[in-house]
Amino acid sequence: MARMKFLCDAERCIECNGCVTACKQENDVPWGVNRRRVVTINDGVPGERSISVACMHCSDAPCMAVCPVDCFYRTEEGVVLHDKDLCIGCGYCFYACPFGAPQFPQAGAFGVRGKMDKCTFCAGGPEKDNSEAEFKKYGRNRLAEGKLPACAEMCSTKALLGGDGDTIAEIYRQRVTMRGKGSDVWGWGTAYGRPEAPTAKPPGAAPGTPAAPGAKS
Amino acid sequence: MTRVTQLAAIAFGAMAALMLAGCGERPQVVDYKQGKYQGKPDEAPYATAPFNGNKDMWERDIRNRTQNQNEYRRTGGS
Repeated sequence: MARMKFLCDAERCIECNGCVTACKQENDVPWGVNRRRVVTINDGVPGERSISVACMHCSDAPCMAVCPVDCFYRTEEGVVLHDKDLCIGCGYCFYACPFGAPQFPQAGAFGVRGKMDKCTFCAGGPEKDNSEAEFKKYGRNRLAEGKLPACAEMCSTKALLGGDGDTIAEIYRQRVTMRGKGSDVWGWGTAYGRPEAPTAKPPGAAPGTPAAPGAKS
Repeated sequence: MTRVTQLAAIAFGAMAALMLAGCGERPQVVDYKQGKYQGKPDEAPYATAPFNGNKDMWERDIRNRTQNQNEYRRTGGS
């Protein structure tokens, strides 16, 4: 199995915030912490697009790079997780993350910053799988139950896809091919390329030229 | 030995023991090794029940579950 990834299809997202609600409910996320949120570009303007954003479980995660206490780790499945017992709540990861994924609970009248909380790809944390301690600190461990993240599984339009990167790219590719558009968000490689043919190029591209800008294989 | 001398000896002994206890203080700052995860080890998602270490079964379940997000397959559209 490759790496676990999220992929949000902006052509399908209807900004219902169902993914946000599912995440909060499934993981008992406290008030003020949003592990997932829906971002809308050109809100109210015809042609607006929405996309559901959470931790993208980067292959080269900047949060891991900047953490002064090295509390982050990447699982065999490519899920970026952290140990809350080690986190000092400094907030470096929040500044480093391009998606604003790390969240900090505000406790008390003076807004004391608590330990970092973020999307776990519903994979819990370093506590014993499906234990009470794991649920309290990190939320539910659906991966250990053979399930995918709640946000992706309950998305009504199936705009948000979650799972093995190659498999969800294949699902997205099929969609783009069927409807004939929508490759712009995730790039030509994800939309039309295949894992076994990573050099997929747009039509007309001269041999040897790089793939379209933003292309992801 | 007078009573005062005895008390002084006891007090000296107690103070010496107290001061020596300071030498036995352990460092309370965690020694972090830069660039390496310092936390508790995590177990694989297939390590516990219902998979009990069967990675192939877990991968198959996840793969099937992922395909539930593909309505072209669910509806038999292609």
